[in-house]
Amino acid sequence: MKDFARLFTRIDQSTKTSVKVAALAEYFATAPDEDRLWTIALFSGRRPRRAVTTTRLREWAAEAAGYPLWLFEEAYPVVGDLAETIALFLPPGRSDSDRGLTHWINMLRGLSHVDEPARKAAVLAAWDELDTTSRFLFNKLITGGFRVGVSQKLMTRALAQATGRDEAELAHRLMGAWSPDDTTFHALIEADDPTTDASRPYPFCLAHGLDDAAQTLGAPEDWHAEWKWDGIRGQLILRDGDHFVWSRGEELMTDRFPELARAPDHLPPGTVIDGEILAWDGAAPLPFAALQKRIGRKTVPKSLLREAPVILQAYDLLEDGGRDIRALPFDERRARLDRLIAPLPQDAPLRLSPSLTFTTWQTLTDARATARDARAEGLMLKRRAGPYLAGRKKGEWWKWKLDPLTIDAVMIYAQAGHGRRANLYTDFTFAVWQGNDLVPFTKAYSGLTDAEFRKITTWVKKNTLQRFGPVRQVRPELVFEIAFEGIQQSPRHKSGVALRFPRMARWRHDKDLSQANTLDDLKEMLRLYG
Amino acid sequence: MTRDPVLTFTPHGIHCPAGDFHIDPWRPVPRALITHGHSDHARPGHGAYLATDLAAPVLRHRLGDIALETVAYGERRRIGGATVSFHPAGHVPGSAQIRVEVGGEVWVVSGDYKLEDDGLSTPFEPVRAHAFVTESTFGLPVFRWQKQAAIAAQINGWWRDCVASGSTPLLGAYALGKAQRLLSLLDPGIGPILTHGAVEATTQILRDQGLRLPATVPVTAAVKIADHPGALVLATPSAFGTPWARKFGPVSTGFASGWMQLRGVRRRRAADRGFVISDHADWDGLNTAIHETGAEKIFVTHGYTDIFTRWLRSRGLDAQVVPTEFAGETLDESAA
Repeated sequence: MKDFARLFTRIDQSTKTSVKVAALAEYFATAPDEDRLWTIALFSGRRPRRAVTTTRLREWAAEAAGYPLWLFEEAYPVVGDLAETIALFLPPGRSDSDRGLTHWINMLRGLSHVDEPARKAAVLAAWDELDTTSRFLFNKLITGGFRVGVSQKLMTRALAQATGRDEAELAHRLMGAWSPDDTTFHALIEADDPTTDASRPYPFCLAHGLDDAAQTLGAPEDWHAEWKWDGIRGQLILRDGDHFVWSRGEELMTDRFPELARAPDHLPPGTVIDGEILAWDGAAPLPFAALQKRIGRKTVPKSLLREAPVILQAYDLLEDGGRDIRALPFDERRARLDRLIAPLPQDAPLRLSPSLTFTTWQTLTDARATARDARAEGLMLKRRAGPYLAGRKKGEWWKWKLDPLTIDAVMIYAQAGHGRRANLYTDFTFAVWQGNDLVPFTKAYSGLTDAEFRKITTWVKKNTLQRFGPVRQVRPELVFEIAFEGIQQSPRHKSGVALRFPRMARWRHDKDLSQANTLDDLKEMLRLYG
Repeated sequence: MTRDPVLTFTPHGIHCPAGDFHIDPWRPVPRALITHGHSDHARPGHGAYLATDLAAPVLRHRLGDIALETVAYGERRRIGGATVSFHPAGHVPGSAQIRVEVGGEVWVVSGDYKLEDDGLSTPFEPVRAHAFVTESTFGLPVFRWQKQAAIAAQINGWWRDCVASGSTPLLGAYALGKAQRLLSLLDPGIGPILTHGAVEATTQILRDQGLRLPATVPVTAAVKIADHPGALVLATPSAFGTPWARKFGPVSTGFASGWMQLRGVRRRRAADRGFVISDHADWDGLNTAIHETGAEKIFVTHGYTDIFTRWLRSRGLDAQVVPTEFAGETLDESAA
C-alpha cells in the first residue's frame, strides 16, 4: 500500500495537472501489473464489492479508538469524509506494513465469505497495521469514491505516457463493463486484438458552453445546429443481436428503458447511436420531471410506461455496419444517421433530432430565443467537418443554452458542506414572500466563490436563530439571486413549485429583505414556463 | 446572600466583579487584563491594560500608545478584592493564562494555549484551579499533532524540493507566533529566508526582546528574487495571490495550520502543501490540560464548544459553553 499511498499523496499535494499526470505515469511505469490494473479500475469509478457496511465501520472505529459513538458522529461532518474521519479518529497505527494494494483488495473481497466477528477482527487489524494515509485509502476501498482530483481523462493520459499507446484508443479500451476480476492488465491495455465486449461504448463527445457571441465561430455554413434537449444523454449499441443503453456516466441503463428493446427490430446490428433519451408525448418531449420518474427505477411498472414513455432522439452515428466511423466528418455521419432513422415508422422508439436551418447567426439567435417553446434548453452547434472526439475538447461541439430564469430570494437555513467544503456553510434553503411570511421554495449550494462562502460562514455563525442538528435557522437578511433552468408544479413542496438545477447566481448585497420576490412571482413563472 | 462568582460572562467579555476588571474583553472597558497579543484577545480602546512583560512590546506595536502595566509570570497583583497572576500558556511568546483568586476560590482563564514546548514561548504550566476557562479550537479526536521536529523535516524537505525544481516556496503563517515558530524550525543551510513586511515587523520586535531567530531579508521594492537563489518566502496568507507575490516567479505555496489536518480544508485553500502545525492544543492536549488543573467546573469559550462540552460532561465534569467573540485559529487573516 505504501507505493499507492505515495502516489495518492503526490496527486493530493499538487494542484497542477502536469504534476499529477507525471506521478501517475511514473506509478504506471513501475507498479506490478495487478496493482496497475486495480489503480485503473479505482480511478475509473470501479471498486471491490462492499464487504462491510458504513454503520459497522463507524461503530468499530469508535470502539477501537475508545470513544463513544456519538463523538465519532460529531467528528464526521467536521471532517466531511467517512474514510478520512476513521483514519484520523483512531490512534496512530504502527505503519509497518509493506503489503501492496492488491493484497488489501483481496483481503476485503475475502470478507464477504466470513462471519461478522472475523470481518471485524480483519478490519481492526488492518487499521492497526497501516499508517494514516494508507488507512484512509484502505477505508476508501471499502466506502468507494476515489475522488482525488484525477479524472478518468488524466488517468488515461498518464497511462498513455507510461505505455506509449494512443490516448484515444486507451480511452475506448477503458469504457464499458470490464472489471479487474475478468481481465488482466495485458488483456485490457496491451493485447493487440482485444476480444471486444459487445456492450463496450465509445467515449462520449462533450460540448463546451458558448460564452462568446456565435459570430466568433466563423461562417454559419460551417456549422450544424439543433435543439439542446433536456433529457438523459445515452448511447444505444446494437451488436450481435443484442442491445445496450449506456449513460454518459458509463452506467448501463438497458433495463430501465424497455421501449428501446424494439430498436433491433428496426436497425441492423453493428449500429451505435448517440442521442438523448426523452419522455415523449407522441409529438413533443414531456417535461424533465416526467423522465425523472423513470430514472432510478430498475424495473418500470406498466402505468409509468404509459404515463412517461421514452424515445431516443438520435443525433449522431458512431458505428455503422460494424465499423467505427467516428473519424468521418459530422455531415457524413449525420447523413448516414438520417438514412437509418428517416424510414422508421412513427411508433419506432427512435426519432431524429431535427436540424435547424439557418443562413445567418441572427436567424439562429432568434431561434434560440424560442427554445422553451420547443421544450429545449437551448441550441447545440456542431462543426460540420469535425470528427467525433472523445471527451470535452474545445472547438467541435458547443452548447448555447438559454439564459437561466432568475428570482431574488432570502436565505433562511444554512448547513455545512461535505468533503472539500466541510466546515464551511454552503448548503442553503431559500424563501420568497407570501404576504408577511417567508415560504421556503428551493435549496442551492453552488455558484458562489470560496471567499463568499467563507464570508457567509462567518455571518451564519453570528446570526443563528435556532439549531436543528446540523441545520441552522438564520436571521432572514441575506438576499441572493437564484438561477434555474426550469420550473415545475410540485405537490411535495410547500411552495407548490420545484426548480430544475437551482444555483446562486450572485449575492445581492444591494438588496434588502423586502426586495426579495414573492410566491406570486414564482407562480407566474410556473404559468409561463412550467 | 449568595456570593458573586469569581468571574461572570458579560456582553463586554469575561468580568471579575470583585476586582472590577475584564479579561480579553471585546468591547471597550476601563480595565483589561490581556492574555496575549492576537487581535481577538487584545483589542484597542480600553482604559488600562495589564499583560506580561514579554507580551508588552507586541501589544504596544499593535495597539499604539496604550496605558499598559506589565507583570512577570507568577507575580501576584491585588486588584480590588481579587488576586491575579499570569502563568505561561505556551501559545505564543509572552502569552499567559490568567489566574484569579477571590476569597480562596481560584479560576483560571487560559486564553489560547498549547502544551508542546515550541522552543520560543515559555512552556505551558498547569495551574490548579476550581474553575477553568478553556478554548476548544481543535476539540475533536481527529486533531492530533505530530511533534514539531517531524513537521520541521516536512517543511525543510519541501523547501529543498522547491530549490531543486526551480520554484520559490511561499509559506503562509500568522505574523505573530506561528511565523517565528516556523522561522526557528527552518534550516537556514538550505537558503536565505525572505519575509513579508507584517512578518518582519513582529519578528524584529521579538528579536529585540531576546528571541533567537535566524537572519531574514525583508522583501522591499528593491529586493529581487534572482539575487537570493534558493530562498524561501515567509508571508501572511493574505499576501498570497497578490501583485506582491508575483515578483517571486513560479511559486509553490504552503500553509502551516492545524486545519491542514483536514483534507477538505487543504483542498479548499488550493495550496500546494499543507503543514499540520498549530499553536493551539490538540485533542489530547486539551484533555491533559483540563485534567491537570483539577478543576471540576469548566467553561468552554470557543471552538467546537457544544461537542467538547458534551464530552467533558460525559467525563463527569460540570462543563458549559460560554459565548465569546474569540476566534481561535482561523484560516483568515482577521484573528492574526
